[in-house]
Amino acid sequence: MEYKDYYKILGVARDATPDDIKRAYRRLARKYHPDVSKETDAEARFKEVNEANEVLKDPEKRAAYDALGRGWQAGQEFHPPPGGGFEQREFHFRPEDMAQFSDFFASLFGRRARASEARARRGEDQNARLRIGLAEAFSGTTRQLTLSEPVVEPNGRLTTRTRTLNVRIPAGVTQGQQIRLAGQGAPGGGSGAAGDLYLEIELDTHPFFRADGKDIHVQVPIAPWEAALGASIQVPTLAGPVNLKIPAGSQGGRRLRLKGRGLPGHPPGDEFVELEILAPVAHTDEQKALYRRMAETFAFNPRASLGV
Amino acid sequence: MVRMVIDIEGVVLDEGLIVTLTELKQLCGSSDQMLEYLVDEGVLCPQGRRPDEWRFSGREVRRARRALRLQRDLELNPAGTALALELIEEIETLRARLRVLERRLRL
Repeated sequence: MEYKDYYKILGVARDATPDDIKRAYRRLARKYHPDVSKETDAEARFKEVNEANEVLKDPEKRAAYDALGRGWQAGQEFHPPPGGGFEQREFHFRPEDMAQFSDFFASLFGRRARASEARARRGEDQNARLRIGLAEAFSGTTRQLTLSEPVVEPNGRLTTRTRTLNVRIPAGVTQGQQIRLAGQGAPGGGSGAAGDLYLEIELDTHPFFRADGKDIHVQVPIAPWEAALGASIQVPTLAGPVNLKIPAGSQGGRRLRLKGRGLPGHPPGDEFVELEILAPVAHTDEQKALYRRMAETFAFNPRASLGV
Repeated sequence: MVRMVIDIEGVVLDEGLIVTLTELKQLCGSSDQMLEYLVDEGVLCPQGRRPDEWRFSGREVRRARRALRLQRDLELNPAGTALALELIEEIETLRARLRVLERRLRL
């Protein structure tokens, strides 16, 4: 396992006062709180900061950690001192906290984890993000998750438990929505029940669809004559192309609603089609003449609203 | 080393999920008055008048869990929790709008 430099994690000197440590911890806890931070490794950093604080805020644990000496580098391969002084000490942690902390932490303090094991306590809830595509959100999907975690055995030692979950994602989940998997979080302490696992849905961006809750937005280009004369055109939906009637005299930016064509649910979302008028480029003389005739035929100032 | 494979279908925290205050407390692992304070602060808006009539939607469950995490981890009071939660949600909304606008600029 790797040596962890708790002082470096909190960004404080080895002779930092308890106040220094508290201030550094509070600042980093705000910075890396998974609900606040957008950094991808926020959750891992937050745990690390908590682990460092757990040790350094307590004079006895700090002394035990300091006793390892200064020679270690962060990330260096670490072997706990054989049967060393720690065995004699009495450290109190809740087993569910132990499960949050690193192997390094457990090797230093873990053997006494069972000191408070008798109390039955529910395990911590855990959170994970799940990226899925819009098409999968529309039709539902299955995702395989593999979770590894340290578990405190009844004798107080740590072992690793690996669970593979085949999670059924129902059709119609939306961005940021959470799915609760009861009893799949961190194991409880003593006879306590396990916590829950919460999966937060993260929808992948789609080349042309954009989801807003259950509604789907799409920009659809149309030709000027389709806008002017009206037309029945094909537009994409998550369930495949459908026909949409463009009213005569439509302008770019006009939004048309396809009721119930968004993500499924009770009620399902809608699809909003925003029209975008694409003018064809005139290449041939005939095409250019056609544009000139339009310019002569229409008394049209597209910039009238700008007062020019 | 222990290995397990489990097939599982979870509960989506959406408008279809309705829970009571007692159930919400269980879901949040909260045993104190904090959830009542958060209703007083207007952070959580349950249906129903009295606490024993309160009904929370799946969306409120998500907000409650997040609020309690912030309150516990950063040692906030109810008013501070309410402010943090509202600002975080506003940032999320703005980020989502920014994403849309940035995509449009690239089109």
